[in-house]
Amino acid sequence: MNRRAWVLLSGLGALLVALPAFADSYVLSVATLILYLAFTGQAWNVMMGFAGQLSLGHALYVGVGAYVAGGLFFHYGLGPWAGLWIAMLACVAIGAVIGFLAFRFGISGVYFALLTIAFAEFTRIGFDHLRWTGGPGGMFLKVAQRDQIDLAHFRGPPEMYYYAILAICAGALALCAALLRSRAGYYWRAIREDEEAARALGIDTFRWKMAAVMISAAMTSVAGVFYAFYYNNLFPEQVFHISKSIEIILGPIIGGVGTLFGPVVGAALLTLLGDGLTELLAAFDWEVPGVKQVFYGLVLLVVVIFVPNGLWPPLARKLGLRR
Amino acid sequence: MSLLEVRGVSKSFRGLKAVSDASFSLPEGSINALIGPNGAGKTTIFNVVAGVYAPDAGEVLFGGRAIHGLRPHQVCAAGIGRTFQIVKPFSGLSVLDNVVVGALLRSKDVPAAKGYAAEIIEKLGLGAKRDLPASSLTLPDRKRLEVARALATRPRLLLLDEVMAGLRPTECDQMVEVFREINRAQGLTILLIEHVMRAVMALAQHVGVLHHGEVIARGTPAEVVRDPAVLESYLGEDVEV
Repeated sequence: MNRRAWVLLSGLGALLVALPAFADSYVLSVATLILYLAFTGQAWNVMMGFAGQLSLGHALYVGVGAYVAGGLFFHYGLGPWAGLWIAMLACVAIGAVIGFLAFRFGISGVYFALLTIAFAEFTRIGFDHLRWTGGPGGMFLKVAQRDQIDLAHFRGPPEMYYYAILAICAGALALCAALLRSRAGYYWRAIREDEEAARALGIDTFRWKMAAVMISAAMTSVAGVFYAFYYNNLFPEQVFHISKSIEIILGPIIGGVGTLFGPVVGAALLTLLGDGLTELLAAFDWEVPGVKQVFYGLVLLVVVIFVPNGLWPPLARKLGLRR
Repeated sequence: MSLLEVRGVSKSFRGLKAVSDASFSLPEGSINALIGPNGAGKTTIFNVVAGVYAPDAGEVLFGGRAIHGLRPHQVCAAGIGRTFQIVKPFSGLSVLDNVVVGALLRSKDVPAAKGYAAEIIEKLGLGAKRDLPASSLTLPDRKRLEVARALATRPRLLLLDEVMAGLRPTECDQMVEVFREINRAQGLTILLIEHVMRAVMALAQHVGVLHHGEVIARGTPAEVVRDPAVLESYLGEDVEV
């Protein structure tokens, strides 16, 4: 990273830290959503963008993370900080099972993607029948108060959630930057480009693909815990739904798969334009169901046709961050 | 003492015998060539040695240790580097990063691996292109990159699968010089599959000829090109070398 990049990044960081001082609650909720999607996109990117393993079922890890931490809180009053670790463990274990099944038996490419959808879908259906989680009726976390910042129970005003997801996002960005520069980053990219050549260079591809899945699952579980305590209600039909998985991957695809800032740029653009469109239509008193989805589809089409590597690489060149 | 010993290796694909009862051994520090017509089983032998296929019968010993049950990455870690006939660059990575991936096998820390990779890139004459994406390289340069990447894993034995194909005679001679240099300086043992007889004659001390999966002749290059069986099956009567 050059000096210019550091200046821009600190500028953006300062802006985001100062945002709650002048933003109203609506802007703050949009910003929170953007950061949430930027983070889940970042987590997905570790698997697909770095290691080349396409997951179309990442909502699975969000949902399991949310339900484990939420359920432990709902039933036993266990706080989110303890629940986080258990949620993370559960997601890593599930990721390990999926990864083992796929990589041990040579399932790759499209078939691997189908396997990830299958796991997400049958978990969704399974949770619909689980009494512990409230089934299709949902699970509702009690909200005692929204005024005081109570970090121990992760309860407080919207600003607290905003800062929390901002910190998580920044942490993920730093983690991914470090991973990319490490041995793991080189090995993952080698596997992504050509697995047979990677093996011939002494890379245990099974082990490194497993690592990518497990790290990605662990990161995504954090988003799940955040989701549970931010929205306070969980329905299997919502959290595990394939549309949630697609929502996670749209940001990085539009921003640039495999890049560090692609997921952030993509999430910001999609959310701003999508919400802007909804607002605009509302201003004219038009209510068009599904217009956001159609719009997402159009944006995706345009990006795939004109900037197939995503918006971030050309944008980075424009900003003088890359040659 | 022989570094690699292939003993009675056979390998079939759905009833088709690709390699049958092939045996040879490579002395440590030697340069060897495996020649023969297309479909003779040369690449299959390579893939058996490199751990891509397990042999149906026979064994492969490397430095006295059986390696025929190992997987490709373990064979590489044991000290055998290879190139692919159809080159497999990591297209999205820079030339340097391609070679760094190989270098990371022996030096776990990234800066050290980068330093070593840069040295090898210089040696192969790719220094000016180190920051270009591998996808932008010409075919001769991709072949060099294959060699550089394999060398970066610091092998004791290097398997070269037709790295001269598609090179111009002068480029071919440069490559020959590089292998001679590495062989002399580091005592690296080399086994090459090659159709370019110019390179085989210039480089190899020992030549094995494969036909229909069987070793039909072996000896020095000069002996092999006079062997009647070889002339009939592969080189033709009017061989010019």
